[in-house]
Amino acid sequence: MSSIATFRTCAQTGLRVDGAAERLIKVHAVAGVLAILFGGIAAVLVLLTRWPAVHLLGPAMYYRALTFHGMNMLIFWIIFFEVAILYFAGPILLGSRVAWPRVGWAGFGLMVAGSLLIDVAILRGGADVMFTSYVPLRAVSYFYLGWILFAVGALIGVCNFFATLVVARAERTYEGSVPLVTFGAAAAAIIAVATLAHGAIIYIPTWLWSLGIVQNLDAGMYRLIWWGLGHSSQQINVTAMVAVWYLLATLTVGAVPLNEKVCRTAFLLYILFINLASAHHLLVDPQLSPAWKVFNTSYAMYLAVLASMVHGMTVPAAVEVAQRKKGLSKGLFEWLAKAPWGNPGFAALALSLALFGFMGGITGVTFGAEQVNIISHNTLRIPGHFHSTVVAGTTLAFMGLTYIVVPLIFRRRVVWPRLATAQIYLFGVGIALFAGGMTTAGSYAVPRRHWDVQFASSFFQPPIEPAAFFFLGVMGIGGLLAGLGGALYVLITVGSVFFGKRVPDTPGAVPLAAMAPESGKHVPISGTMVLVFVFLAAFVIYYFLNWKWLAAIWYVR
Amino acid sequence: MSIQALKGVWWKKVDRSEKLWLGIALAWCLILFAMMPLWHWKGGQNPSFETYRITAADYQAKVEASVQKTKVGEDRGFPVVAPGPGEDVYMLGRLWQWYPVVKLKKGETYRLHLSSLDLVHGFSLFPLNLNFMVLPGYEYVLTVTPTEKGEVYAVCNEFCGIGHHQMVGKIIVE
Repeated sequence: MSSIATFRTCAQTGLRVDGAAERLIKVHAVAGVLAILFGGIAAVLVLLTRWPAVHLLGPAMYYRALTFHGMNMLIFWIIFFEVAILYFAGPILLGSRVAWPRVGWAGFGLMVAGSLLIDVAILRGGADVMFTSYVPLRAVSYFYLGWILFAVGALIGVCNFFATLVVARAERTYEGSVPLVTFGAAAAAIIAVATLAHGAIIYIPTWLWSLGIVQNLDAGMYRLIWWGLGHSSQQINVTAMVAVWYLLATLTVGAVPLNEKVCRTAFLLYILFINLASAHHLLVDPQLSPAWKVFNTSYAMYLAVLASMVHGMTVPAAVEVAQRKKGLSKGLFEWLAKAPWGNPGFAALALSLALFGFMGGITGVTFGAEQVNIISHNTLRIPGHFHSTVVAGTTLAFMGLTYIVVPLIFRRRVVWPRLATAQIYLFGVGIALFAGGMTTAGSYAVPRRHWDVQFASSFFQPPIEPAAFFFLGVMGIGGLLAGLGGALYVLITVGSVFFGKRVPDTPGAVPLAAMAPESGKHVPISGTMVLVFVFLAAFVIYYFLNWKWLAAIWYVR
Repeated sequence: MSIQALKGVWWKKVDRSEKLWLGIALAWCLILFAMMPLWHWKGGQNPSFETYRITAADYQAKVEASVQKTKVGEDRGFPVVAPGPGEDVYMLGRLWQWYPVVKLKKGETYRLHLSSLDLVHGFSLFPLNLNFMVLPGYEYVLTVTPTEKGEVYAVCNEFCGIGHHQMVGKIIVE
C-alpha cells in the first residue's frame, strides 16, 4: 500500500534518511512547538496569578488557564515531540524506510484532532476540570473524546515505530544490535503502550459517563487507573529524555558509553518497573491499603530509581571518557571545565542532567515515600517536583535537541546561534529558581491548584508564614525568566525553520563532534565518581530531613 | 557510540568504578525500601488502614447525629463540636466547606472520620502540613493526636470547582 520510499544520504552524518520519516518528524515537531507556545502563554498567566504580589486573573480564568497549561504542556508538547523522536530513532538511525507512512499521517491527524477538541473545550469554558479531570467533576463530552482520539493517534505513531523496527530488521538496513538511542526510544515506546492503554481504559467509560450511558464511576477507581496514564506518560518523558541525553552526548562531545550492557539493562528496568511510580499519587487515598502502597512504591519502584541512578552516572561518564581521550585529562575536572559549554546541545544536556537529578529526582523519590507523602501531597511541593523533572529535565533536553534537529532535518541554520545558547541557560536558571521557590513554598503547606493562597474570600483566614511569600516571589521571578527563555525558544525555532539559511549538502557544514576512539588504554572516570557521590550525599540529607519534618507534625495512624 | 548499531560482542565485563556505583545505588534503594515498613512499626505518622464504603446520605446523617450530640457553640454559622478524648470526630467536605468546626485537646487521641458528599476534595491541615485525600463514597478514619495548641485550618487542596479556594475549615486545639 505504501509508495516506494525515497532516500537521501545526509552529508553531515552519513545516515540514510527516508523522506517520509523526515516529513513526519517535521510535522510532529511543529505541532509540539505550537503546543509549547499555547501552553507557555497560559503558563505566564497562571504564574502571574499564583504570585501573590500580582494575582492577575480571576478564579474562573485562572482554573481555565491552569487546565489549558497542563494539557498543552504535559500531553501535547511532550507527546508530539516524543513521536517525532520515534520517527528519528527508528527509521533514521536504522537507515530504514518508515513501515507505514500513510498510517503515520493518519495517527498525526488523530492527535491534531484530539488536541484541538480538548483545547476548544477548555477555551469555551466546557472543561474547567484540570489536567486530571477527577470524576465526578464533569466536562463536556467532546473533551473526553479528544483524549481518546489523541491517545489512539499517539498509539498509532508508537506502533509505526515498532513496525519500522521489524522492517529494518527484515530488510537488513543495519547489522548487529540497534543503537543505544533506538533501544532507549523502544523502551519509551513500550511504556507508552501501557500508558495509552490506561488512557483508553479510563477515558472510554468516562466519555460514556459524560454522555449519560454509564451512570456511576467510582472516584477511587478513577484515580487508580487515571494515574496509570497520568504518571506513566511522564515516565515516557523520562525514558525519552535519557535516550536524548545519550544522543546529545554523542553529537556534542562524541561520547561513547562505558558499557552498553549497563545502559541497556537500566532501560530494561524502566520498562519493568517505572509504571509503578503511578502509586505515588495514591499514597494518602482512602481506597487503597498501606500494604498495597508500600509494596507498589517500594518493592519494585526503587528498581526504576536504581535505573535513573545508573543513567545519572553513565551519561557523565561517557562524556568524561570522550573528553579525556581527546587529551583533556588534567586533574579531576578539566574534561568538564573545557566541555563545549557554548554549544546549546551540550549546555542543555548538562543542565537537564543536573537539574533533573538534584532537584526532580531527589524530591520525587522523597515525596514518593508513603509517609513523607503526608507532608507533600497536593501542596506546591508536587508541581515544584514535576517542573524540575518534566520542564528542567525533559523540556530542556528537547530544546537542546531542537538546535541539532533544525540543521540536520530541516536543513536550515539556527538563526542567532549565540542567543540559542543563552536561551538554554536563561530557561534552565529560570526554571531552577521557579521550581525551587515552588517546592520550598509547598513545604509551608501552600496548596497547589489554588487561586488564592491568601484565602481572602474563604470562611476562615489562616495566617501565612512570611517565608512562604518570599519563596512564592522566588517562584514568580524564576518563572518570568523561564517564560522569557521559552518565548526565545519558540522565536528562534520558528525563525530558523522559516528564515534560516539553507545548509549546503557538503560534509562538515554542520559541525558535529568527532567520535572518541573506541579502543585505546583505559581512562579513569574519577571526576564522574566525585559528582555522583556529591549527588548521593544531597539525596541522603534531603531524604532524612523530610523524615525529621514528618516526625514534627501530629501523630496520625 | 550511541547512534550506531553495535556489531560483534558488546556484552562486556563491567568496569570497577561502575560496579561500585551500582552496588552503592542498590544499597541506597534498599534503605529507601526499608524506611516505609520501619516507620509503620516505629514511627508516629502513617496513613490509616481503616476505611469504609459509605453513601453521601448515610455519611451526612452520621455527621449530623454527631453534631447534635457534641455541639458546644457556633462560629461564623458553623456548629463547633467538642467530642471527648478517644471519641469519634466527624468532618465532611462539600462544595465549598469543611463542616463542622472541631475543638480537640492537645495530647488526646481521636478517631477523625472524613468523607465527601460530592466531589473529590483534599484535606490539608494548614499550616501544619498534614495532607489526606477525601473521596465521595469512602469514609476514611484517621486516628490523630494533636501535639500543639492553637488553631489549624482545613484547606481543600484538590480542585473542586469554581469555589475551591473558599473551602477552608477550622480545628481548634486547646
